[in-house]
Amino acid sequence: MNSVLNLNAADAPGASAVPMQLVCPAGSLPALKAAVDHGADCVYLGLRDATNARNFAGLNFDEAAIAGGVRYAHERGTRVFMALNTYPQASNPQPWRTALDKAADLGVDAVILADPGLMQYAAARYPALRLHLSVQGSATNYEAINFYRQHFGVVRAVLPRVLSLAQVEQVIGKTLVEIEVFGFGSLCVMVEGRCALSSYVTGESPNTHGVCSPPKAVRWQETPRGLESRLNGVLIDRYAAGENAGYPTLCKGRFDVGDDENYYAIEEPTSLNTLELLPQLLKMGVRAIKIEGRQRSPAYVAQVTQVWREAIDACTGNPHRYAPKAAWMASLDQVAEGQQHTLGAYHRPWK
Amino acid sequence: MKLSLGPLQYYWPHASVMRFYEAIAATPVDIVYLGETVCSRRHELRLSDWLEIAARLIDAGKEVVLSTQVLIESGSEVSVLYKIAANGLCAVEANDMGAVHVVAGKLPWVAGPHLNLYNLPSLQWMATLGASRWVMPLEMKRDDLAVIQAGRPAGLQTEVFAYGRMPLAYSARCFTARNRNLPKDDCRFSCIDHPDGLLLNTREKEGFLVLNGTQTQSARVYNLVDALDDMHALGVDVVRLSPQSQHMGEVIDVFHAARTHALAPHEALAQLQPLMPAAGCNGYWHGLPGLVQHTSAGEPATA
Repeated sequence: MNSVLNLNAADAPGASAVPMQLVCPAGSLPALKAAVDHGADCVYLGLRDATNARNFAGLNFDEAAIAGGVRYAHERGTRVFMALNTYPQASNPQPWRTALDKAADLGVDAVILADPGLMQYAAARYPALRLHLSVQGSATNYEAINFYRQHFGVVRAVLPRVLSLAQVEQVIGKTLVEIEVFGFGSLCVMVEGRCALSSYVTGESPNTHGVCSPPKAVRWQETPRGLESRLNGVLIDRYAAGENAGYPTLCKGRFDVGDDENYYAIEEPTSLNTLELLPQLLKMGVRAIKIEGRQRSPAYVAQVTQVWREAIDACTGNPHRYAPKAAWMASLDQVAEGQQHTLGAYHRPWK
Repeated sequence: MKLSLGPLQYYWPHASVMRFYEAIAATPVDIVYLGETVCSRRHELRLSDWLEIAARLIDAGKEVVLSTQVLIESGSEVSVLYKIAANGLCAVEANDMGAVHVVAGKLPWVAGPHLNLYNLPSLQWMATLGASRWVMPLEMKRDDLAVIQAGRPAGLQTEVFAYGRMPLAYSARCFTARNRNLPKDDCRFSCIDHPDGLLLNTREKEGFLVLNGTQTQSARVYNLVDALDDMHALGVDVVRLSPQSQHMGEVIDVFHAARTHALAPHEALAQLQPLMPAAGCNGYWHGLPGLVQHTSAGEPATA
């Protein structure tokens, strides 16, 4: 058996001695500081290129910013994870390896990977570096998760936002890999890592370019029929006067299907919010809650981190008496997509 | 180059499926992939039915591969995976890394198109685990495939999805049930009413996507019939056609004629037009958005 597979005490399934971590997004150095200052246990960030799944102009980190961010976080006891969670493309895989080398040099606490080739490289070259399986790795069952553990020593997996609560519990019961789940933020309806809708329309997708419905393909146009949003020419939505217009993520547009006209055929613009599920997630042994939003402002990060810090502390302190406070929900709804939230797939009727 | 028929993406009545594969036995396809890849609630055919079809196709001289479900979430879905791996008759197409875990080292297997194998190191890993063939991700472009073909592991065959509505996304949510305001748990097997999926149009009446239960497909039909020579030159071993409810035998015949040069590429393309359920596209192969129909300079315009 490979040495990375040896168990230690903290590896025991359901080990409750380890508290639930709050993992917060950092799209910039100010956002990282906001997360650290407002109680994140961990922050995650990415480089300013296609090596991570939030490859948007004006976002992300260069080497100097990562070095500064790691220093700032470590001085305050916060861990830093680096997302390298897109797939190296055949003709030019070098940027991903270079990025991994940088992550190791800069002293991040873990790298979040999706590509097996890159995991193999990381495990061979940096055996002490913690490997987390990204949500982009599409691992939705324990066989897949255990497979990555066996081959590359992956210690944590982030679950795609498609499992029910019971299914999350089943997975945790059959793996030694720590499980991280999404707690709040934009809702991905499709299995992450298995969606090519964006490249079908724009040529760029999360797997290949680290983007979904990229801004450069978006066009807004006032027309006599209303404000229209298009993605590479395809009409995604059209808004009546006074209606709030959202970003044209292509699976959250309004379409016609059969006799049903003009409805959200795939999903409404809404955010995932699992505050009310915290006691159950804690009890079943979820080891970390991920907050989505590297594309959002430092103010968003501060606000969401603060609410979730309070909630996790309240829940771990007294899980039986826990209930989400109305003020927390109101605060999160303010920054939610479409100002509304859902339990998503955790809640069976959503399906 | 061999021709394969990919797994049936849709939910058809038992008798239709039986008739379909009876007809397939008489076509020139070399390899047939069988089984339910989309939704575990679809139960017109059990594993034993699929194995019965497999036996008939093997008798007819076909290579048969059983495909696993792409999205495996529940314990019962993992159990089905174990049963497929223990089928004792056919090789398996693994469409999830959990499936790879279960079949590697135990039986012959194919790395399916949903494993996200975008580069050589990942492919080499699959080869060390015993994959005999891999299927290129749909969104990969020809030029990236050329790089991979130049360095691919010895003995690993390459297959390219070359015809059919593309399976672009998978979800836990059933969009066909949602269209009927039904929850997935009480979907009333709505997919069975849509033998080629349920068309989603933009509000400008443009066919955009196809809802197929928990799967979302392209409305346009991916068609690389005019790239067969290019694929041959790149050393592609197998060309995959995806089942549709009408004209499948004729589609296979056109591809067969094109691979044997009985038909010129532009003639094959023209003959396929009336057989397709919607307009064609080939953007991914050319490094463009998938929905684009790219026409080479000097060739007759199509679609």
